[in-house]
Amino acid sequence: MGKLKASSLALPLIAFVVVTLLVPIFSLVRLSVYDSTVAEALPKTAEALQAWSGTDLPSIAIYETLAEELIAAQETRELGRVASRVNRILSGSRSTISKTPRRFARTDAPDARQAFIEIDEDWGELAIWHALRQATDTFTSRNFLQAVDFRLMPDGSIERMPESQQVYVTLFIRTLGVSIAVTALCFLIGYPMAYAMAHASSGLALILQVLVLIPFWTSLLVRTTSWIVILQQQGVLNDIFVFFGIVADDNRLTMVHNMTGTLVAMTQVLLPFMILPLYSVMTNIPRDLTKAASSLGANPFQAFVRVYFPNSLPGVAAGGLLVFILSIGYYITPALVGGSKGQLISNLIAYHLQTSLNWGLAAALSVILLVGVIVLYIVYDRFIGIDRMKLG
Amino acid sequence: MQNHLPTALCVSAMLLGSAAVAEESVTVVSFGGSYAKACVEGYYKAFEEETGIKVNLEDYNGELSQLRAQVEAGAVTWDVIDAEGPQLAIACDEGLIETIDHLNLPPSPDGVPAEEDFAPGTLTECGVGKVYYATMVAYHPAAFPEDKQPTKVEDFFDLENFPGRRGVHRSPQAVLEISLMASGVAPEDVYDVLDTEEGIERAFGMLERIKDEIVWWEAGAQPPQMLADREVSMTIAWNGRIFNAQMLENQPFKILWDGRTIDSGGMVIAADAPNLENARKFVEFSARAESEAGVASYIAYSPVRKSGYDLVGNHAITGKPMKPHLPTNPDHGGRQLTLSTEFWLDRRDELVERLAAWLNR
Repeated sequence: MGKLKASSLALPLIAFVVVTLLVPIFSLVRLSVYDSTVAEALPKTAEALQAWSGTDLPSIAIYETLAEELIAAQETRELGRVASRVNRILSGSRSTISKTPRRFARTDAPDARQAFIEIDEDWGELAIWHALRQATDTFTSRNFLQAVDFRLMPDGSIERMPESQQVYVTLFIRTLGVSIAVTALCFLIGYPMAYAMAHASSGLALILQVLVLIPFWTSLLVRTTSWIVILQQQGVLNDIFVFFGIVADDNRLTMVHNMTGTLVAMTQVLLPFMILPLYSVMTNIPRDLTKAASSLGANPFQAFVRVYFPNSLPGVAAGGLLVFILSIGYYITPALVGGSKGQLISNLIAYHLQTSLNWGLAAALSVILLVGVIVLYIVYDRFIGIDRMKLG
Repeated sequence: MQNHLPTALCVSAMLLGSAAVAEESVTVVSFGGSYAKACVEGYYKAFEEETGIKVNLEDYNGELSQLRAQVEAGAVTWDVIDAEGPQLAIACDEGLIETIDHLNLPPSPDGVPAEEDFAPGTLTECGVGKVYYATMVAYHPAAFPEDKQPTKVEDFFDLENFPGRRGVHRSPQAVLEISLMASGVAPEDVYDVLDTEEGIERAFGMLERIKDEIVWWEAGAQPPQMLADREVSMTIAWNGRIFNAQMLENQPFKILWDGRTIDSGGMVIAADAPNLENARKFVEFSARAESEAGVASYIAYSPVRKSGYDLVGNHAITGKPMKPHLPTNPDHGGRQLTLSTEFWLDRRDELVERLAAWLNR
């Protein structure tokens, strides 16, 4: 009973995790495979299209049903969303659908089919009907297929995207590559820095801490744009190089708006997340350990590699994981300093969330990213061990 | 009980107060920044003075999700919205905004009816156009020898004769149209060509020529900054931003008007707007030639009414004539294309993906 009472203290925390983490993740997964907009707005058309052969134009009765339901959808303000759903399957069909109910009343064609074709000749093609039928499916694999550069054809088969539109796989791979590179760079720069902070005299250690923390407290955008000022062709660093004759004035180095800029700026922005866990672990490593190693005959290199470094691994694990996971979701910095290859997968997720309002695809991309991170986390756990990780 | 009386009085006084405000105000939602300032100075103040209706300003970033949420929840707080072409069309299709048939649009000062005075396409089913803005090429004159300055949009894609880095907006809209015009497609044929696979290839082919020298930008403030830093010699930019740099910061930038694309937004009234009558009065006032010209005395955006354009005089801050800076000035010569709302509604998602794929190739 006492135990139950004690564990009930964790209830608020559990409720918090459920509300802020599990529910959003569940709705994210649902959003990526489920979409009932068209099925709900055009129920009779959806039913009629299930029986449609797919090889000839639908019967005039189906045209009439669709006209009726499109007009109703316009009144209930569902029309725009129906049109944009179908447009995602067949690019170019949005305007065809959204102008139809408005103009339908004004035509004097003898029957509904001819009226539709008079409004837009696309209504006389099979493609838009196939797209419409596909859009009435409430459960769809379309978003996940598109997220890995495949597409669902109108007849239900699966095909690779044309090469000119293959984008997401490349971006996933690039995001992963950039994240690994940034984590490695942060480790290479952050480890000696943390070591110096942990072992310097108290005055110097304070100065070093301030140097790490001030950028940490500065706005991300300010730091990113400062890198543009420093690295650009007419920027501070190039000016210095030219002044000392290291590079010729007409041959200035391109250090920003390319991968160099991305790596430099992201590493600097994320460095504190590597240094701070490392520092807190290092201050807790007993100094006697290295001394004991030396007294037992280890040279300084051996003492570091075999005694000190293994003791600092929990900090490396924590810092590495933090930096890696943060860089996976980064996009403002690469977008501003990254040039043509500066887009990472999060840029496209943001585009589909904010601009195209294609939340299904955004959700599918996010789910893939999330699953990827979980898989990496498990692999990481196997090799380094999460239980050894220490934040301080 | 007695203790509650003052509170109750206060609350009812506040309710009365807000009701009184609501009766004679109109909430206008616009993009903020120098554009909103130009509108306030250009005619909002005149509107308040003439009608006694207070204009409450709100900023938004041009996205409709908030209006949609208001309309769906039945709690609309916006009255008038300044919307861009594609958003305006979507909102109209979705029934989020009123149609304009109840409006009594004023004729021009010399009596031309509104329908004939507004430029074609700027009076739509739901929107009353206000100003035109341009996306075009701008350059730093010091980047090129005096006798070899760029003169036509083709020069943007010619690295041999016009060396230097190029700024390009990371968005297919306007960029593909400018590329096609530079490849020799006449403005009136641009959308027919861009609607075909070969046309899209052709536009990307033009960008391919300068790909290695392109600096991609995301925010409208970047192009003037990159020109000022001489990070690029030429850039695709928005004319209002270049104008501000020229006027307020004395930058020597030049605009290459040839091959420009122009686009117009419009004033719309939210469906179920809380102050419908005031909103209508406000949009009718916006539609006056004097109002449009008022905006154009602060920012280099062309009135969409012919009579409004004729009224434009000098810049209100520097006193320099405004007409040479307006995007639709016929004296600019060169090619001009009006962006197609319908094309971008239909093809935007696909072309954004194609641009991303091309960038990664």
